[in-house]
Order: sequence, then C-alpha cells, then structure tokens
Amino acid sequence: MTVTEQQRLYVERTAAEARVNVEIETEGMTLNIGPQHPATHGTLRVLVKLDGEQVVEADVVPGYMHRGYEKLTEVRTYPQITTLVNRIDWLSSFANEVPFVLAAETLMEIEAPPRAQWIRTVLFEMGRIGTMCIFLGDMGVQLGAITPVFYGFRDREHVLNLIEAATGGRFHPNYDRIGGLKEDLPKGWIDETKAAMKRIRSFCDQLEELLLGNEIFETRTRGIGVIPPEIGLEFGVSGANIRASGVDWDLRRDEDSPLAWKECDWKVWTHPDGDAFARYWVRLQETREATKIIDQLVDGLPAGPIQAKVPRIIKVPEGEAWVHTENPLGEMGYYIVSQGWLGPFRCKIRSASFSNVSIVPWLLQGVYVPDVITILASLYFILGDIDR
Amino acid sequence: MTFAVVLHLAYWQLTIIKLLVVLSVVPLGALVLGYVFLMKVMAHMQSRLGPMDSGGLASRPGLRENPFLPHGWFQLIGDFVKFVQKEDIFPALADRWVFALAPAVVIMSTFLLFVVVPAGPHLIAQNLDVGIFFALAVSSLSVLGVLMAGWASANKYSLMGALRAAGQLIAYELPMVLGIMGVVVQAGTMSLQGIVLAQAHGSIFGFGRLGEPFVITQFFGFLLFLAAAQAELIQTPFDMPLAESELVAGYLTEYSGLRYLLFYMAETASAFAFAAIAATLFLGGWYLPGIGPSRQLADVIGPFVLGAKIMLVAFLIYWIRFTYPRLREDQLQTFAWKYLIPLSLVNILVTGILKVVF
Repeated sequence: MTVTEQQRLYVERTAAEARVNVEIETEGMTLNIGPQHPATHGTLRVLVKLDGEQVVEADVVPGYMHRGYEKLTEVRTYPQITTLVNRIDWLSSFANEVPFVLAAETLMEIEAPPRAQWIRTVLFEMGRIGTMCIFLGDMGVQLGAITPVFYGFRDREHVLNLIEAATGGRFHPNYDRIGGLKEDLPKGWIDETKAAMKRIRSFCDQLEELLLGNEIFETRTRGIGVIPPEIGLEFGVSGANIRASGVDWDLRRDEDSPLAWKECDWKVWTHPDGDAFARYWVRLQETREATKIIDQLVDGLPAGPIQAKVPRIIKVPEGEAWVHTENPLGEMGYYIVSQGWLGPFRCKIRSASFSNVSIVPWLLQGVYVPDVITILASLYFILGDIDR
Repeated sequence: MTFAVVLHLAYWQLTIIKLLVVLSVVPLGALVLGYVFLMKVMAHMQSRLGPMDSGGLASRPGLRENPFLPHGWFQLIGDFVKFVQKEDIFPALADRWVFALAPAVVIMSTFLLFVVVPAGPHLIAQNLDVGIFFALAVSSLSVLGVLMAGWASANKYSLMGALRAAGQLIAYELPMVLGIMGVVVQAGTMSLQGIVLAQAHGSIFGFGRLGEPFVITQFFGFLLFLAAAQAELIQTPFDMPLAESELVAGYLTEYSGLRYLLFYMAETASAFAFAAIAATLFLGGWYLPGIGPSRQLADVIGPFVLGAKIMLVAFLIYWIRFTYPRLREDQLQTFAWKYLIPLSLVNILVTGILKVVF
C-alpha cells in the first residue's frame, strides 16, 4: 500500500466519521413558554432551550404587563395611591394597601386606633386565604388534576363575600385610609366570618386528602425545584417559598408592626426540604394558621373609633420611610421619599413575586418540561406582582 | 343471522345496515359519554353547575327543580354547531395533506373498534375469530394519526405532544395485550363473542345462575386493562400528550373547527369503545343472568345490558380522570415497564397454572 493510498483511506475514514457525527448530533430546540401560555397565569415569558425534553438553559422575560406604578404614584396624592396599589397583587389587594398606608402613617407620625389595626389584620389575613385558595387548587390544575381548582374557587367565594360585605369591593377594596379605615364592619359580619373560617379549614382538610396525600402528586413534586436556603436568600426569595426551604423568617412575627399579629397565638411553619411539595405543604399550613388568626382576632376585636384625627388635606412631612409586611406572596414593602407635598416624591415598591421568579432560571437548569410547570406553579407568582 | 332470515335480507343489504349501525354508534357513544360524564358527572364531582339552560327545560316553571330531567341536554348539539361554523385554519407552515388527514385516521381506528364488539347473540358486525387481537391492532392505529397531526402542525408543542403520545401508546400496548391474555387463556378463544359465551356458560364454584363474569377470576387483569386503557385514551393520569398546562393542547394545538371536533369525538368514542371492550371481556358483555344466549330476548335487551355495563366502566375511567394529577413522561414509562408488564406476566402465569389445575 502506497503512502498516497494510505492517505486517501485516512481521509475517507475521517470524512465518514465526520458525516456520522453530523448526522447524530442533535440540535437543541428553543421553546417559548409564554407570554401567552396556560401555565403562566398571565403574560410571563419563559424562554427555555431544550435538549429533548430536558431544559439546558432558561430565561425569564417579564415586563409584558408593566404598568409603571412607581412612576404613577408620583403624580397622585396619598389617598389616591391606595386605589393604585390595589392592582399590584390582585388576588390579595387589601394586603397591598396596608404597607403603603403604614409607611405614610409613619411619616406623619400618627397611628390608627386599635380597632382599625385589628380589622386591617383580619382583612389582611382574609386576602391571604383568598390567594392561598387559588394556589392550593391551581397547583393541582398545573399538575393535571382539574378538580381541586374548582374547590379552590368555590371556597374562596366565602372569603370574597366577607371582604365585599366589609369593604364594598370584592377584588379592589380600597378600604384603607391614612389614619384608619373607610368605615366600620357591617352587622352580623363576625358570625359569618367564623362560619366561613370553618369552611376554609374543611377545604384545607379536603385538599390534604385529595391532592397532598396523592401518590402521583408526591412523585411529581418531591425533590422537584429544590431551593437551598442560602441560594434562595441570595436571590431574594421570600414568603412561603423561603420558609419551605427551612428558613424561619416571617415578617408578621419578626417585624415590630402596629398590626395585631402579636396579639394572637399562631405558628410559623417551615419545612426542611425546599422542594415543590414543601412549598405546597407550607402554604396549606399557613392557610390554616390564617383562619386561626382571624378567629382569635374577631373574638377579641376592641371597641372604639376606626379613624384617627388627620388633617382634611393630607400632606406628608419631609422624610423617608420603609415599611414591609409579610404578604401572601412574600415580603412586600414600600420605600416612600416625601418632600412635604400632596404626593410622594418617589415611591419604590418591593413586590414579592418579582424577586421570587428571579430564581427561576437557576432552578430550571436540567429539569424536564413538565417540571418547569411544577416549579413555576409552586413558586406561585401573580403577574401584576412581577410587572408593577 | 336470525334477523336476516326473518327479513330476507341480501348480503349487501345486511352489510349496509351493519355499516350504518357501526357508523352511528361512534357519534352516539361520544354524545352520551360527553353529556353524562364530561358535563354532568364532572360538574357534580367538582361541585359546580354543568350546562343547565340549553334545551329549554330550565325556562319552564317547575321543571328546573326536577333532578331527573336532563338539564342542558342540548349543550353538546349546540357545541357541535359551534364547531362546524368555525374557521378551518391551516397553519402557514403546515403539511396540508397530512394535517387534514390526521383526524380521519384517528377516528377511523375508533370506528373499526366497534366492528367486533357484540351487542347480542346475533348482534355483531363481524364475528372474527381473532376479535380481541383485531380490536387491539386497530386501536393502536390512532397513534399514527396522532403522530401525523403533531408532525404536520409545524408547532413545537404539537410535536412534543405527538412524540409523547407515540412513546406512551407503544409502552401501554404491551401491558394491555398481556392483561387481556389472562381472559383469553381462561375463555380459550380470542373471539369476543366466544368470550361472552364462555362467561355466560361459566359457573362460580358450581353456582351457574350468574354465569361467571371474568372480573371475579381476572380482577387483576381488569385493573391492568383499566390502567392501560387510561393511557391509550390519553386521559389523566396519563394525559401528557395533551397536558393543557404544559403543552397548551399537545397535538391538538393547531386544530380548529370540525377537525378539532373529530379528534374530540374520537377521544370520547374511544373511551366508549374501550369501556365496551372491558365490559365484554370482564363483565359478561350483553349477557344478563337469567336470560340465556339461546333466547330471542337476549338479542333485544342485549344492547341495553351492554350499554349499562359500558356506563359502569366508563364511570370508573372518568372518575379516575377527574381525580388524579398527571404523571411525568419518564415516570409513566417506569410505571409501565417496571410494574405493569411484570405484573401482567405473573397474571398470565397464574391463570395458566390454575387453568391446567382446574
């Protein structure tokens, strides 16, 4: 065999190998989950690069529903802003108003009377129950079980009716005033509240049997989307998401707030696993705790006025204030910079979902497509809370 | 055929009648299951109202409160009209011929299933000796249509749905065949009519009044069949190919109007067909204890008895569908290969031993 022949054979062999390699090498696929997709609760866009059904790389693109609330607050007076912030996390609107009003009150150095604070706390927790009802059912529907979501919507109705009875609005109460509340509770409200809380507790039991104890649910959620506590804290994950990773951090207990959580006996639940199952479990327990808080608060509701004395035209003195509370989705806070005008000079809104979904690209590496949905559902975001 | 003799029908006349009956069973079964289960039972299980007003019953005073009247019975027909008048959309990049043909392939496999299901001692379109084999063979034709739909749609979600469907249907064909094997071994025939007769003539420990529905001796096979049927029908907990929360609607994503309706009808009618096969294999088919296969009456009440048994099995199928979450694709494969197939092999082994012993 001559050298030329050997060379020719070598060239042919490598060429054949190269052909094989080209044929076998598979191209990845870029899948655009959203902005219009049933699993994204609105218009979140998740760009995933797939290898088969496995995610190689993921990116979250928020902003399709950005409404510019931080800027809008600058051209509105303080009482007008509560209407605006209602629309941030639309499932627990009342809870959005509270930290803002508290921040304004801090700057004005007034405090709402105790009755107002207690009612605020009750409605705050009702917002939490309403949000959690949706979550507890929605997690099922994201995993393919269609029934729980209807139970969730059915029992959320009890809470919504109570909120409507007290505030006049089902979704956007706009009930907070600086220094107090719009009006007092209607007659018979407390009895109805107690009946509703019983219903919510039985709803929790029902879902625990229907979904949480289901083997398929466990195989789908256990070990999926594990957030290690230190990574979660770095990403600014808060609320039930971080408590499910074993971090015992709840602003209702840890922060010195004028609201009435310290008056009653309740427990902060944590779970050591940090996976989707833990997040579901923690939220289920939190719903139960919320019913307990409401029961205790309406029992001991103090008498008295619901509005402190405030000037007719509200001007907030110069200064800066930061108030954050434990909202249903996590830590929510307002940083208000006032220059003594009718409205704030600047208002920074820290909303929970925005920070919670920032961990999604990290979490999605290497998971399968169905788990993408599990993880998104278990992190539980509201689009309005991501894009303020 | 008795009726042929009575009515003096020619072969071609009989064939046309059989064809029309089989063709009408598919939309009829789909309508019944769709109304009873997808609307009413589902609404009751989820504690919400199903359709209540369409059909005109609700507007009459006093009728609304009557729980036995079929409220909203007109809804499915209204839905049908809605689907028909919708625009028939072809995606720009779609493979038009394949895209248009796919629903026809899927529904054809459903039609063929009804050929071998007996509704009475003489009421069967074609009594094939390999009846159950034929049924399983044509039922897996639908995966071809699903693959065609997914590929031709030129949509990533559709493609993923179709590939999942293909993987899943192949994985579940095996446990289904093996699960039925126990019945075949016990009856000693593959003909569905023969299996019904074997159950009608059988006896439970010498007590022959009830016949011997194979669900008693082959209970395990019944469960295997139900699990595999659930996967074949693409119903929760095995509905990953459709997975509306992940893949929008899987291979159905790009379909609209009448073509979508065909898929939908095929899905519900297949549930009807599989319930019919399960009722025939395990619950005695058209046989009602007390009315022997030799009596003329069996031909008259046979369809109704079979219908009642179909509703029973379909209730199980839909009950599971409304209750369970969905498995992941790899977990489904694990379930099929690690548990269902070995268990069905054990079932065949035990059945064979007992058959020889007794």
